[in-house]
Amino acid sequence: MNSRESILKAVKNAQPQQLPLPDIAKFNKQEKGDTARFIEVLQKIGGDVFKVNDIFEIKQILLNSFSNAERIITNSPLFVDIAEIVVNQDAHSLQNTDITILVAQLGVEENSSVWVTDKNIEVRVVPFICQQLVLIISATKIVQNMHQAYEIIGKDDYGFGVFIAGPSKTADIEQSLVLGAHGPKSMTLFLLP
Amino acid sequence: MSGKHADLSEIFNSDEERVDWHDKTLWFIREKRDKAAWQISEWEELREAASQIKNSVLSNLHNYLVQFEENATANGIKVHWAKDAKEHNVIVQKILEKEGILQIVKSKSMLTEECDLNTHLDKVGIEVIDTDLGERIVQLANEAPSHIVLPCIHKKKEEIGELFHTHLGTPKGNSDPIFLTAAAREDLREKFITRKAAITGVNFAVAETGEFIVCTNEGNADMGAHLADVHIACMGIEKIIPERAHLGVFLRLLARSATGQPITTYSSHFCKPKNNQQMHIVLVDNGRSNQLAKPDFRNSLKCIRCGACMNTCPVYRRSGGHSYHYAITGPIGAILAPNLDMKKNADLPFASTLCGSCSNVCPVKIDIHDQLYKWRQVITKDGYATKAKSVSMTIMNMVLSNPQIFKIAGNTGRWFMRNIPWLVSNKLNPWYKQREMPKPPKESFSEWYKKTTI
Repeated sequence: MNSRESILKAVKNAQPQQLPLPDIAKFNKQEKGDTARFIEVLQKIGGDVFKVNDIFEIKQILLNSFSNAERIITNSPLFVDIAEIVVNQDAHSLQNTDITILVAQLGVEENSSVWVTDKNIEVRVVPFICQQLVLIISATKIVQNMHQAYEIIGKDDYGFGVFIAGPSKTADIEQSLVLGAHGPKSMTLFLLP
Repeated sequence: MSGKHADLSEIFNSDEERVDWHDKTLWFIREKRDKAAWQISEWEELREAASQIKNSVLSNLHNYLVQFEENATANGIKVHWAKDAKEHNVIVQKILEKEGILQIVKSKSMLTEECDLNTHLDKVGIEVIDTDLGERIVQLANEAPSHIVLPCIHKKKEEIGELFHTHLGTPKGNSDPIFLTAAAREDLREKFITRKAAITGVNFAVAETGEFIVCTNEGNADMGAHLADVHIACMGIEKIIPERAHLGVFLRLLARSATGQPITTYSSHFCKPKNNQQMHIVLVDNGRSNQLAKPDFRNSLKCIRCGACMNTCPVYRRSGGHSYHYAITGPIGAILAPNLDMKKNADLPFASTLCGSCSNVCPVKIDIHDQLYKWRQVITKDGYATKAKSVSMTIMNMVLSNPQIFKIAGNTGRWFMRNIPWLVSNKLNPWYKQREMPKPPKESFSEWYKKTTI
């Protein structure tokens, strides 16, 4: 018997009588996400937030805040005038990226995370390899909790998907919080109406 | 790490200031956990749901494993099965050797610690760089992690500064956490860019979709995996959950329980390999099916490795993770370790006050303190308790079950404590360590009761 068969056999013999799965639909309250709370949570975990009216405003703020940036990449044709669009490059060629601008599909009020998949970011390392991460989301895409988020994600057939909440961080040295562990040192979120 | 819990604790306890810091810091994290939990009004219902999902998984694990394998394979992931640590290590070695890879990066995976993968790969000439900052620090110090979420919580920043000075060439005497983190970031970026293979752990694997989820704050799992030609994910077979929707329950509980964060910075869902990439999953048993067969102990397999039981444990906080001499430290480690090697780990279930705080904070409601108590009985019955413990228990049994002897023993004890106190309060009596013995009463309760008229 190979290992697969012997493990499966041992598991089958060991497992107790089948127990039912609980109902988790009750946690999905179908309430609209509260953007004020979303902003509050994100600021608490080290994110910067701007409420803006349109893409033009975002570009102005970006050009002011990140005037030193040499390489800006994006997944969105909306930013083609200030950033290069990443389509199918070798991931390693992106190591000198200063800023990544991504449009996200979904945000979650209770933990201020936003969801992106490789349907939007063909090169998966894009949100991680940059020094600063910029995310854009419409307030209408913010749901209240994770159960609603997974309802919307549903059976989506992505290759890779990630919830991102704030900049990368560590507190491994004496519990001192440091922003910018291996991923971006900052996360700036633009909230569109 | 060799030695028994009490002896290893003594080493940690020799630096009182450090113990106090360790104790307070972990309690602070426990308090952060409380605040994060109380923000969710249905927290207790969520714990109950998580517990029931895990119970259901364990009762149907065979089918879920088969389903997961089928879906992961359809996604283009190669699934491997390992019955023990050795087979796991050899599988990883062979995948790497086939591609001629001699240097790899690895993000945090307690399973690979359990299997001691690094030592194995080192022996066959494959270099592993741990990329989680805390794990990198203990790797440079040639130590094991002392906590599953906070691997170097036992270290002071000055020691880390010294390590970085030696290994990364940072200026001597600089122990600023921001500076040291930046130095590690620079050093590890080069490793991420140049290594062809990355190993990650797995927090959850979804049977329905064949995907697996890896949670980090640092982004090291993603930097490693997305820049590598070969991604190997290693997981215990108990990490399966039935459906993607169940992640909603577990991702709400995990980081809140672990560090008091609402969610980890990254919750990465790996479903299919990227173009031209190999993705492997190694499913490891290593004693889990054996634990599953034990009704008293199978609940321990529900663990999602948040570390909340450690942060709250009055013993762990004061004895340090290394006193547990096992990859998974603290209360949960103490109920997992005896399953793998009862003789070697016979001391661990006794390293507890049985106060029950661990069970109260556990996000999947494992009855940790009950299991510690049950392991004590199994260990003693099977003859693995220490001689001193079994002899004193036999004597105590005799004294307590015989009223006449009990009376004489009580009188004698009180007489000695009054008249020759040093006979009791000396270094040979472990209860005297860091304690004053109580003043003995003049008479016993029954003597008092007899003279007292109501």
